[in-house]
Amino acid sequence: MFDWLTPEEWQAVRLSLSVALRSVLFGLPPAVAAAWLLARGRFPGRAALDALVHLPLVMPPVVVGWLLLVTFGLRGPVGALLNEWFGVRLVFTTGGAALATAVMSFPLIVRAVRLSLDAVDPGLEAAARTLGAGPLDRFFTVTLPLIAPGILSGAITAFAAGLGEFGAVITFASNIPGATQTLPLAIYSATQTPGGEATAAKLAGVSLVLALCGLLLADAAGRRMQAMLGRAPA
Amino acid sequence: MLEVALRHDWPGFSLDVGFRAPAAGVTALFGPSGCGKSTILAAVAGLLRPDAGRIALGDAVLFDHAGRRMVPAERRRCGMVFQDARLFPHLSVSGNLRYGLRRAPRGTTGPGFDEVVSLLGIEALLARRPAALSGGEKQRVALGRALLSRPAMLLMDEPLAALDAPRKAEVLPFLARLRQELSIPLLYVTHALEEVDQLADSLVLLAGGRVLASGAVEALAARTDLPMLAGRRDAGALLPCTVLAHDPARQLTRLGFPGGTLSVPLAPAPVGSTQRLRLRARDVAVATEEPRGLSVQNVLPVVLEALEPGAAGEAMLRLRAGPSLLLARVTLDSAHRLSLRPGQPLWALVKSVALAPRGPGA
Repeated sequence: MFDWLTPEEWQAVRLSLSVALRSVLFGLPPAVAAAWLLARGRFPGRAALDALVHLPLVMPPVVVGWLLLVTFGLRGPVGALLNEWFGVRLVFTTGGAALATAVMSFPLIVRAVRLSLDAVDPGLEAAARTLGAGPLDRFFTVTLPLIAPGILSGAITAFAAGLGEFGAVITFASNIPGATQTLPLAIYSATQTPGGEATAAKLAGVSLVLALCGLLLADAAGRRMQAMLGRAPA
Repeated sequence: MLEVALRHDWPGFSLDVGFRAPAAGVTALFGPSGCGKSTILAAVAGLLRPDAGRIALGDAVLFDHAGRRMVPAERRRCGMVFQDARLFPHLSVSGNLRYGLRRAPRGTTGPGFDEVVSLLGIEALLARRPAALSGGEKQRVALGRALLSRPAMLLMDEPLAALDAPRKAEVLPFLARLRQELSIPLLYVTHALEEVDQLADSLVLLAGGRVLASGAVEALAARTDLPMLAGRRDAGALLPCTVLAHDPARQLTRLGFPGGTLSVPLAPAPVGSTQRLRLRARDVAVATEEPRGLSVQNVLPVVLEALEPGAAGEAMLRLRAGPSLLLARVTLDSAHRLSLRPGQPLWALVKSVALAPRGPGA
């Protein structure tokens, strides 16, 4: 029943889903931490961090990929250490594709989480303090549940956007079928191949449907969770 | 004993206060908006670090600028009730109540969950979310949450200010019951004099970031040099009274206070219970001879202690009845006409309608 896509095309779809999912899982904890620092922190260099977090949004994705290549490549400062200490190679691997995607979608999650952090009444955290809750306790029992809708919708948006990441992935992880050739890369390859128009059209359709589903899901999840928190949907 | 001394500066406003609150009982911080009341509470709770000062509860030093000591709020064990309740919206009422209970230090004792729930009458609300509660219900839950955290002191920041009159009347009896059962200090921030009358044992009077006066409520209420109290329409003396007897036939209740007795309309309080009365200065008139043929129920022999200037064209009379002090507001003209002078024996005429008991007192 799945024969309307060839095994190679299915592989690209599966790979895209896997890369996008991994990118969200990698990116979520540091994105929440960065959002928290930006929303609540008062420290020198806050503006610089803010700019750094948002850079991938405005920089050409190819430049992001190139920077990753320079940093995480086998001869890059971080990449060499990773390879030496843990035997981990990111460049030209699925993990590398996930890293590139995570960097690109990082600002999307940070923005969503920060918006919901701004909506959390700091008075509730103060109330938790007077009831004996320390900083981590407060964060996990008060702040995190209250920003959960923002985290979820940010994660789903990042996942949907991550399915389509092209420039950073092809620059850092290259275009290797079965390893780093995600949906957009497969579409690109198809358009470069004589007679590949049908494949390109089918994969483009799949991309479109996946992205749309992601957006609808993010919206529904956000509403559902707001209602669970007893707030009117925004 | 809670000792507070602190100084904190903002652009355009400075707070510099010092006072002591007894180890058990309600200390009201009373003053107009913007006088620094809530800031004091935040500093005691540890939510604000003052520029200088010292805060100690018994032997435990919570903040000491000189000794560089600042106990974090989460380890101060200050149960706090905020004006806006601040219930956790993602937890049920029961979850909110248990939040503090779960974090109470081991070895501390206090009222149990069921006891607090029944004291506050919130059994029916336990499964609900805070969003589904009325303002009065929210404040009762917030009160329960603070109590269950086994606090070493309770701090209340205008807990009734956001409520309308019926909701206030719903929460006040719980506060009154609470103050009789508590054995820890309670700091109560308010700008409503009726809450002071009903709840407070001692009073810290604040204005512009300074303490104007502090002491027992009865003693402060009788002072005529405090415009914030004496200038009000409802200014007057506070008397601790005991219910002596009820006379259903005459629809009267007899109250005794140090220095005399008073008749008031039949009150529901049991005989022997104590009540606190606010005797408003504008409800007290004086006569130089014992009056006869009056509708006024209460005529007390008193001695004029002092004549104080009051509002424009008025004088405030300090009248001594045994150990108690009454205030009477008369026009300057009357004071001249009767040639009132300190030491003169007078008759104080008190309209009994002014004497409706205002809730349990000391």
